[in-house]
Amino acid sequence: MAIASAPLRILIGKVGLDGHDRGVKLIARALRDAGVEVIYTGLHRTPEQVVNTAIQEDVDAIGLSILSGAHKTLFRRVLELLKEQDAEDIALFGGGIIPDEDVTTLTADGVKALFRPGAPIQEVVEFVKGLKWRD
Amino acid sequence: MQERKPRFVSLSGLDMNRVYTSADLKDWSSDDELGAPGEFPYTRGVYPTMYRGRLWTMRQFAGFGSAEDTNRRFKYLLQHGQNGLSVAFDMPTLMGVDADDPRAHGEIGHCGVAISSLDDMDRLFDGIPLDEVTTSMTINGPAAVIFAMYLAVAERRGIRHELLDGTLQNDILKEYIAQKEWLFPPEPSLRLITDTIAYCAEHAPKWHPVSISGYHIREAGSTAVQELAFTLYDGLTYVEAAVKAGLPVDRFAPQLSFFFNAHSDFFEEIAKFRAARRLWAREMTRRYRPTDPRSAQLRCHAQTAGCSLTAQQPMNNVVRTTIQALAAVLGGTQSLHTNSMDETLALPTEGSVKLALRTQQIIAQESGVTNSVDPLGGSYYVEALTNRLEEAALDYFRRLDDMGGMVRAIEQGFPQREILDASQRYQRELEWKERIIVGINEYVEPEERSIPILKVGQEVEREQVARLSDLRKTRDPFKMAGSVEELQEAVSCGENVMPYLIEVVKAKATLGEICTALKEVLGTYREPVVL
Repeated sequence: MAIASAPLRILIGKVGLDGHDRGVKLIARALRDAGVEVIYTGLHRTPEQVVNTAIQEDVDAIGLSILSGAHKTLFRRVLELLKEQDAEDIALFGGGIIPDEDVTTLTADGVKALFRPGAPIQEVVEFVKGLKWRD
Repeated sequence: MQERKPRFVSLSGLDMNRVYTSADLKDWSSDDELGAPGEFPYTRGVYPTMYRGRLWTMRQFAGFGSAEDTNRRFKYLLQHGQNGLSVAFDMPTLMGVDADDPRAHGEIGHCGVAISSLDDMDRLFDGIPLDEVTTSMTINGPAAVIFAMYLAVAERRGIRHELLDGTLQNDILKEYIAQKEWLFPPEPSLRLITDTIAYCAEHAPKWHPVSISGYHIREAGSTAVQELAFTLYDGLTYVEAAVKAGLPVDRFAPQLSFFFNAHSDFFEEIAKFRAARRLWAREMTRRYRPTDPRSAQLRCHAQTAGCSLTAQQPMNNVVRTTIQALAAVLGGTQSLHTNSMDETLALPTEGSVKLALRTQQIIAQESGVTNSVDPLGGSYYVEALTNRLEEAALDYFRRLDDMGGMVRAIEQGFPQREILDASQRYQRELEWKERIIVGINEYVEPEERSIPILKVGQEVEREQVARLSDLRKTRDPFKMAGSVEELQEAVSCGENVMPYLIEVVKAKATLGEICTALKEVLGTYREPVVL
């Protein structure tokens, strides 16, 4: 239960099997520098592990990086688990190699934002800062 | 006239002078620093005639969907004038996980081809004469297992192992440093790599058992200097491990090969390739005193920089790739992959991969750059840059030596942190517009036109899971279990694993089963998190 003066808490992580962590680490550093409390999960997490950690750590949002093409399956699974655990107020966003039409589908499914190669980091920081605290 | 900027800086952060003159090459002698092409220290190239003798191998990395899908793409590429194959595996295969493992859900066939068994490997190369093509396989954690499958497919077709020509990436150190796809801890992984090196020295003399890779280090955000330094130091680490295991250096060193990135800073990249050859020749000679000159020759593959491509205005990527490919050619690469313009969106379509291949053919046939060997040799600028890159890499070598070698450095997170810092510096330069990328932070277009992209359907996953289920039902379970036990026994006793792996894949054990059995003996690894 965050109070308004506390910093945002965000879980940043990699789900699935791919190990490309250049982008996710830059995002984690940039958010930390912007005063956000960042919990970085490390590599190769399952959706179950991510959602459990997010709930235990009482985060305001989850940001996931996927560059293996498994984004549809993995983002949907995370959304499903958040719903099952009654934690839909945790915002989900992400980034990776994601084609236009998958961005449209996943956003319709409930992913708040998807950032792709070339997206300025500042855009991600602004997006996160614009998120509401959970209450 | 005043200059446009206070500093002119290379992509790697090196300051560049306004002009280079003979003053920048004091104490420089062309005999010591260049030599003739094909002669020590190989700065000008590993062969006397270079592209006048033979063009580089045009080798497009390909793989998606099922073994049949990729087999069709291979045949398409061969039919359009490509001369070597290069297999991209999907994430489950790269991580040693079977298609029916829950962790593989959603990943099958997406960023490469799904290979879980010997039968899959056989289908992948259906109708392709293994003794006539050269095959490169990008696989690291489970490399020895995948190689065993390739060897067993050759056996099935009556092709002797000594006729096989190709490359196994099999470079685990850069996985811990950059690409982050490992199965076992560093020391046991080094031992598996030494086994493949020893096996090839004895049974497959045309095969390159390790492709020591800077590509992924660069893609993870390193500078050109870091790519050069960490890659060559990884190479020296493999040589040291094999020599310690009792192999004479000349028995295996000629079979080692390298793999570099060809990034956008044209001259810096050309200098990097030249410095790599000279540095490898000098270090191998100083450290191991080989008698076979080939032991000190650095032969390499190059790929244009995927991380330089943009999702915005994707057609611009064709131009970027052309410049990068030209740098690799002027740098003297032995083979080349050119990225397709749509790769920041998905795996490439047939059309875009053909355009990428045509780019190489145009450079080879129309540009005239192949007429003379190392045409930039002797340029004040290129030679000064080559010197600088070599010196900066040697500086890293000393730091790594002081840390007790690459494995210790990785455990301390040293190369990982250096790369992350470099990638953050680069990102800041973009944000502050100190560096301009067309379509990203300048010349931005509000409306993006979309291009057609490749889709991999859900049916690949269903088919692959069904096939595995059939395989498990039809194989001889006792024979399979027996061969797995023998493999584990051999690993524990320190025997070379390759002959046992060949038996175990022939007994139809799956990739996932074999990797699980190996993990039971060799252990698993969790990286130190560097942030």
